[in-house]
Amino acid sequence: MPDVSWDSYSLLAVYSSMAVYAIAFIAFAFDVARRRDPEEQRAHERELVTAGGGSAPTTTAPATTARPARRNLAKVGFALTVLAWVLHAAGTVMRGIAAERVPWANMYEFALTSIAIIVGIFVFVQLWRDLRFLGVYITGLATVFLGVATVNFYVSPTPLPPALQSYWLVIHVFVAALGTGFFALGSGLSILQLLRSRASGLAFVDRLPGASALEDLSYRVSVIGFIFWTFTLIAGAVWAEHAWGRYWGWDTKEVWTFVIWVVYAGYVHARATRGWRGTRSAWLQLIGFAAILFNFTIVNVFFKGLHTYSGLE
Amino acid sequence: MSSRSSDQAAAAAAKADRRADAAAARSARDDAGHDPMRPSDHVDSTAPAEATGGPRLGPIGWLRFAWRQLTSMRTAIVLLLMLALAAVPGSLVPQRSSDPNGVIAVRDANPDLVWLYDALQLHDVYTSPWFSAIVILLLVSLVGCVIPRMRHHWAAMRSRPPRTPARLSRLVGFQTVPGDAADVERAEGVLKRLGYRTERYADSVSAERGYLRETGNLVFHGSIVVIVVAIVAGSGFGFQSQRLVVEGEGFSLAGASLDTLTTGQFVSADDLPAFGVHLDELDVVYETENPDAIGQPIDFTAFVEVTEDGETHPGQIRVNEPLQVQGSDLYLISNGYAPEVTVTNAEGTVVFDEIVPFLAGEDPNMSSLGVIKLPDGLAEQVGLQGFFYPSAAQLDTGAYASYFPDVLNPLLTLQVYTGDLGLDSGVPQSVYQLDTEDMTQVAGRDAPEPPLLIGPGETVDLPDGLGTISFDGVRRYAVIDVHRDVTQGWVLAGAIALVAGLLASLLIPRRRLWVKATDAGLEVAGLARGEDPRLESAVDDLARRLRGDDDAPAARQGDGRASPGAADASDEPPSTGEPAGDPRA
Ligand code: HEM
Repeated sequence: MPDVSWDSYSLLAVYSSMAVYAIAFIAFAFDVARRRDPEEQRAHERELVTAGGGSAPTTTAPATTARPARRNLAKVGFALTVLAWVLHAAGTVMRGIAAERVPWANMYEFALTSIAIIVGIFVFVQLWRDLRFLGVYITGLATVFLGVATVNFYVSPTPLPPALQSYWLVIHVFVAALGTGFFALGSGLSILQLLRSRASGLAFVDRLPGASALEDLSYRVSVIGFIFWTFTLIAGAVWAEHAWGRYWGWDTKEVWTFVIWVVYAGYVHARATRGWRGTRSAWLQLIGFAAILFNFTIVNVFFKGLHTYSGLE
Repeated sequence: MSSRSSDQAAAAAAKADRRADAAAARSARDDAGHDPMRPSDHVDSTAPAEATGGPRLGPIGWLRFAWRQLTSMRTAIVLLLMLALAAVPGSLVPQRSSDPNGVIAVRDANPDLVWLYDALQLHDVYTSPWFSAIVILLLVSLVGCVIPRMRHHWAAMRSRPPRTPARLSRLVGFQTVPGDAADVERAEGVLKRLGYRTERYADSVSAERGYLRETGNLVFHGSIVVIVVAIVAGSGFGFQSQRLVVEGEGFSLAGASLDTLTTGQFVSADDLPAFGVHLDELDVVYETENPDAIGQPIDFTAFVEVTEDGETHPGQIRVNEPLQVQGSDLYLISNGYAPEVTVTNAEGTVVFDEIVPFLAGEDPNMSSLGVIKLPDGLAEQVGLQGFFYPSAAQLDTGAYASYFPDVLNPLLTLQVYTGDLGLDSGVPQSVYQLDTEDMTQVAGRDAPEPPLLIGPGETVDLPDGLGTISFDGVRRYAVIDVHRDVTQGWVLAGAIALVAGLLASLLIPRRRLWVKATDAGLEVAGLARGEDPRLESAVDDLARRLRGDDDAPAARQGDGRASPGAADASDEPPSTGEPAGDPRA
């Protein structure tokens, strides 16, 4: 019997995390708005060369340590993001406890989990590269989507209908969320790449790594997303075979999973094709991510199909 | 990087002539970097040498040109994007294959658009010629692209790493570490230990690793072909059938006893496996405690008896847990209620005594719609149409609804029609639909008499003294899908190979490294073949090992092969050593 009080604690944690994400967003936004003096910009550019080239040794003396005061706002933003993420993750786990199963069996829960994964990837990717300049995008995304999820998608925890009672639910949906997380990070990088590739006149944009360094980063992140997405597609087919007696039936959700996969296959090709590398491939990555968002929101709510698992009537 | 600044003297000395042969150096890079395994518009290949306004192409030339276009990366991207776009309409318009009722509803709702749906085959998108055309073009392009690369890769895997380019200075991570020709052997050892395939060329060593990346890429693309071929073949060799079966009844796979049967081109109804299935009980569990989920189904289990070769054994079918019999799978697709109804005519003779399946629509509380046709035995033809409510409750409006999906308060409400059932018109009719065109409602919402309301065990009179009808009880039914897909295993194998290939091709770096003894020391540089963000650190790492920072300095035991003449050898025209020769030819 699902436990109602766990669910209200979960909601409390999720609402708090939304508030903290919003404050983190403001901190990152102020950081972005702040102009830098030319010397620091040069220091920053040095950093970027490293980011693009990928050689680890030089990052041991990043430019940021030289002038700690300047990165304060970004630091505050990042610390708040981590705090919000911990609250968010706790809220997600408590939702799972309340429902006595994995917390990704309806739209609200899937939103909760996948946004937690998006932010989690953003937080942990900092161990690899300093991508805090994506903070505005990620915290903005998290605030808006959590808002939509809690206001529009919320349903009380309910037991699983028979078709969803399968360990494939655990695998298929979780891997989809992981893929989404990496694609989300890649989309942020591609947006910045597009901004960076033309003279924007924005101080923030000029301070970013060069367009091709951003493209490299976006590609490396998106390709991991693509691997997870491929797995999602296959795991989904295996599950459909168990539940519905056919591994592929062009159900609406299957169609969209396929469309997304094919768009990203096009993106991977574009990266390797003369005349498509650069701006065009960045657009493809964004089209792919837009399709993911469309699949999750519009398709789930308005399209008819076997996957009507939104829990909304 | 300190190693580079220590080389500054050497670099400065080389500066003058470097500028002079900058062009030559670039071509050295191109030679080393050109990848003949790639279509000509791949970023790693040299600029296309397409003749612009040059000699006119003959027919063969045109064919070759068209083929090159079709198998180019650009075409692959465009076709992939077209495929993505072409798949979308099928999610907007109901498809015959996945949602036949939706197709009917959409056509009824938009009669003006029916011609458009038909013209564009919008109800059969995924089998339409235009969708198939994209898939076929993509596959042709894929095969055309992959086969030459397979040939090439096969040769490359058995050949040695290519000759060291004359100038390494333009390549990635170029640096010089202390050492001389005697150290080249040690360098080769280091590279070997790092998993590189190596080849000595005079005073240099050429090394390559990551052949598995290309293998993975080819496996990936190859498995797409395997999957598509398996899917197409599967539809020819499999069969698919469905049967609605009421508790206590059974069916056999002999065609006539099935509700629907689709067989592949190469399968006839006689090839179906010979077994029978009897449904003993369909066990359904609904949520009763969680206030937010009252009535939500928790479990469906069909307890069956399977008869094969004269023997009977029990089995279970659950959602997500199909039952396998003789290579065919049995799935539980849906369920519903079948009231037992008896009709007696005015003389007291039983004219109808059947268990009638009612179809549950979208209602989670299982109010179900059903039809009973009584062509014979009564004073005139009678049609009954109405609802079965497992847990009936009367609404304020007077209408009934079901408040729970399980049988708590069953009720049958029927409207009665008299007239011509239309059964003799020769047009096949659905048993679930009543054609009321030539009939008159004698009891129901539009008739003087109210609809019949019958509780379990009750008997009520039909209007106009036609007779009586009784509702004797209710059973559950299950819709069971039986099918066989002989190539399913191939599709799965293809999918597994696809993932393995993808992982290898995206995660294994393919690169070349060179170590060359010059007067200034050991030159080290690398070249990426495909995405390789770590190349620079790999070169740094090699340089560090050669300097002996990581590795204990190996004993110098040069074999004297590094003679002064070696310097000349490196001035030979560079060659990639690729077996296919000059790729631009
Ligand atoms: C069914 C259509 C196709 C799909 C889904 C597809 C998918 C992919 C994917 C996911 C990759 C990156 C992973 C890997 O390297 O294995 C890739 C790479 C590649 N594909 Fe395809 N592909 C398709 C058709 C084609 C065609 C028709 C060509 C020939 C023009 C082609 C040529 C290549 C090449 C050369 C690469 C390597 C790119 C690199 O160097 O990074 N592919 N493809």
